[in-house]
Amino acid sequence: MDMSQGRVAREAANSDLAPVETASGHRALLQEERLLFEQGREGRIGVDFPKLPKVAEKLNGLKRKAAIGLPDLSEPQAIRHFTRLSQKNYAIDTGPYPLGSCTMKHNPRLNEKMARLAGFADIHPLQPESTVQGALELMDTLAHWLKTLTGMPAVALSPGAGAHGEFCGMAAIRAALDAKGGKKRKRVLVPESAHGTNPATAAALGFTVDSIPADARGRVDLEAYKAKLGPDVAAIMLTNPNTCGLFEPDIIEIARLIHEAGGYFYCDGANFNAIVGKVRPADLGIDAMHINLHKTFSTPHGGGGPGAGPVVLSAALAPYAPLPYVVHGRKGFELVETKQKGASPFGRLKGFHGQMGMFVRALAYMMSHGADGMRQASEDAVLNANYIMARVKDLMTVAFDGPCMHECLLDDRFLKDTGVSMLDFAKALIDEGFHPPTMYFPLVVHGALLIEPTESESRGSLDIFIDSLRALAARAKKGEAAYFQAAPRLAPRRRLDETRAARQPVLRWKPGAETKQAAE
Amino acid sequence: MRYLPNTEYDRRAMLAAIGAPDVDALFRDVPPAARLTKPVDLPNTKSELEVERTLAAMAAKNRVAGAMASFMGAGAYRHHVPAAVDHLIQRGEFLTSYTPYQPEITQGTLQALFEFQTQVALITGMDVANASMYDGATSCAEAVMMANRLTRRTRAVLSGGLHPHYREVVETHAKLTGFKVAAASPDATGNEDLAAMIDAETSCVVVQNPSVFGQIRDLKPLAAKAQAAGALLIVVVTEIVSLGLIESPGAMGADIVAAEGQSIGNALNFGGPYVGLFATRDKYVRQMPGRLAGETVDADGRRGWVLTLSTREQHIRREKATSNICTNSGLCALAFTIHMALLGETGFTQLAALNHAHAVQLAEKLAAVKGVELVNGAFFNEFTLKLPKPAEAVVERLVKKGVLAGVPGGRLWPRKKELGNLLIVAATETNTEAEMDLFARSLAEVL
Repeated sequence: MDMSQGRVAREAANSDLAPVETASGHRALLQEERLLFEQGREGRIGVDFPKLPKVAEKLNGLKRKAAIGLPDLSEPQAIRHFTRLSQKNYAIDTGPYPLGSCTMKHNPRLNEKMARLAGFADIHPLQPESTVQGALELMDTLAHWLKTLTGMPAVALSPGAGAHGEFCGMAAIRAALDAKGGKKRKRVLVPESAHGTNPATAAALGFTVDSIPADARGRVDLEAYKAKLGPDVAAIMLTNPNTCGLFEPDIIEIARLIHEAGGYFYCDGANFNAIVGKVRPADLGIDAMHINLHKTFSTPHGGGGPGAGPVVLSAALAPYAPLPYVVHGRKGFELVETKQKGASPFGRLKGFHGQMGMFVRALAYMMSHGADGMRQASEDAVLNANYIMARVKDLMTVAFDGPCMHECLLDDRFLKDTGVSMLDFAKALIDEGFHPPTMYFPLVVHGALLIEPTESESRGSLDIFIDSLRALAARAKKGEAAYFQAAPRLAPRRRLDETRAARQPVLRWKPGAETKQAAE
Repeated sequence: MRYLPNTEYDRRAMLAAIGAPDVDALFRDVPPAARLTKPVDLPNTKSELEVERTLAAMAAKNRVAGAMASFMGAGAYRHHVPAAVDHLIQRGEFLTSYTPYQPEITQGTLQALFEFQTQVALITGMDVANASMYDGATSCAEAVMMANRLTRRTRAVLSGGLHPHYREVVETHAKLTGFKVAAASPDATGNEDLAAMIDAETSCVVVQNPSVFGQIRDLKPLAAKAQAAGALLIVVVTEIVSLGLIESPGAMGADIVAAEGQSIGNALNFGGPYVGLFATRDKYVRQMPGRLAGETVDADGRRGWVLTLSTREQHIRREKATSNICTNSGLCALAFTIHMALLGETGFTQLAALNHAHAVQLAEKLAAVKGVELVNGAFFNEFTLKLPKPAEAVVERLVKKGVLAGVPGGRLWPRKKELGNLLIVAATETNTEAEMDLFARSLAEVL
């Protein structure tokens, strides 16, 4: 078996690395592609329509007068355009994507097929309940799986993504506090290592954010936390496993203390994928936790969404869950869209009922794995991350001693005095054929590199990735800083000028504004 | 398990390399009291065939809109999506990629977002648009909060023609984040006097066009009055196809446009995922929520795209961010971009004209039914009927005749009995004349 991964002898490779100028601007499979707006030509169309009936318009004189300015393309042109664009993207389907905290695991195609069944995709959200019993059953079944996996008594399905789920959970906490006469509780404790969405969410809801430092082990500093508790504290927002990839060993005590102080425990569930089937958040004392279906339960990230962020709630918060929700009624499943007796919903977060298409995909994923498979997936994710950590720790620097959970955190001490920054190092990984891990997050270590391989990578694939990390680390230590600073060389684009993009924002195409022209 | 590549042999070899006796040793930080000792009470691994069978059985319990004569709208519309759209968005390079944090290897997503932003800006008649929000309702709430920041005022005036879900999402944010809302009563004719509701504390006036009742109106006078009072005009559009035929919000003086883009490229999906559109004027861009793709050059001087102006965003600004949004509706935005690319100026205009023509045909047929009154005079592809009896029961009876007749007032305003006889009806390019005749005939039978 050829294990060279297509590697050629160093000497031959060097002679070919000089940029090749082609007349077209294309580089074999790497096709340059102009903007849609630079390809339009009047008189073409990509969709044909049935004949337009003649009617007397009822537009009250509000008919549009000016042209919109959209380009006209035929179907083959549009398909080639977007196919070429797709080929400029790195994706899980093309290679390892160890983006820490983002959980880029395999997206099974069965899930896509199920979400496209006409019985799910072609139903209107406001059809009479009697005509959508299967859809409501699916939502109810998903809720059952989420509640069982977390041990929590209630779940709000409607949030559109993780940050929206945070907003939902913190809104339920606000409502519960207000109902108990805790209106003055305004302070939310957020560890320094938290995702940016945590403080942004708390601030959006009118809370003040009070930062808790990390201790030398990368965990919440318990003494500092205790000192911050008080009668004005509303909640703690804690990610567990935390963003350093570590389980918070004092989590039960952290929960006990916040409850004792009269506050609630919000858990950022972005890293739930490490512990599904191993630990139930309810057993940790959590009051609310969002679950990113697009992370833990593998609904595709789609270049930035759509996601879904259901929030599981404790008995104390359940009465404040937002509308709508599904119940079993006399006539089968019913969708509750108005305030009912005994419930105090804090409101509505989204149009209609939530990300149904994502619900179908997540349930297909859960049913495929089953209880045993999800537990195995968590174990494999943790095993893979620890394997990487074990195999690079002699050459690179691990931020906190292991074992880690589903992701391992390195820092840039191993690059000290090499002239290579973590950004340079990450860009060199692109030339090696990998999507770089998360860089410079979490903020609690210097030059962070957060590696999350997920359970989808095989040992063989990890070995190639590890060999690349080691080869690059050795190269940096040998003083080849220039190599890193010029990376990537082999991607569709070299390093892009982000400062220029922010200083002179060009956020849309305008007629006659073409900059440097690419080939057709 | 078919999605897990490691074998038992691999796992043992990896544990040996780590120096751990077993996998549970890696979970040693979990407090013993919280460790599950046995699997949770859920079924075990299932084959693809078994999962497909279970889910298909659930799907089969729903009445598929496309298998009936469907005339439902009110914020979600059944349009024909060209086959190419779904094929392209399922390319793994788009489907299984993340938010483009590494621009050198995500130029595909970034260029498509730049094209999306351009399309949205063009059709709404605005200067600039973001890379999408969760949906139209959340886009609307974000628009109100942006207006509050820009004007340093704290009161939003909402039209009675605003979709009630949108109103509820704004009211929820108002209650939780601390601003005031003055909402006009639902009014199918659009004869409300919103200008009279503006005061010195008003940050914005939110008006939907076409309204949830389908009524279209000229917003220029309202825009002038709002802006003269120091407030912004936020225009909500739930049927984006309308902008192929009627004057754009930008041309009517909007400061912010918050819209639902589902109609282009995206299926009904029982309400989600959809794609929120968000557009504004250049001068307000630094207060805009959400991701933005921007043009720049690479180290060789070649044109390329990056995410930009991220100093507005949560991952940089944390508690000082303009919004907490992170994940948006990337793939739905891509579907929108592809469908719009296929339509182009010519197709988008034709599509809109066809929608309007079908709605006019349908309105004539239904208004001819005894006891049925067409409430609004000017509309795009959706209008409101007043029936002689509560619409919810009529809709239920029409289901039995194979017709999804529209959205009854009682569904959208359960507490407003006076709206119970209203039926909001939409027609799109997908409706045939035979379906319209079936609807009219069946309506006459059940009334």
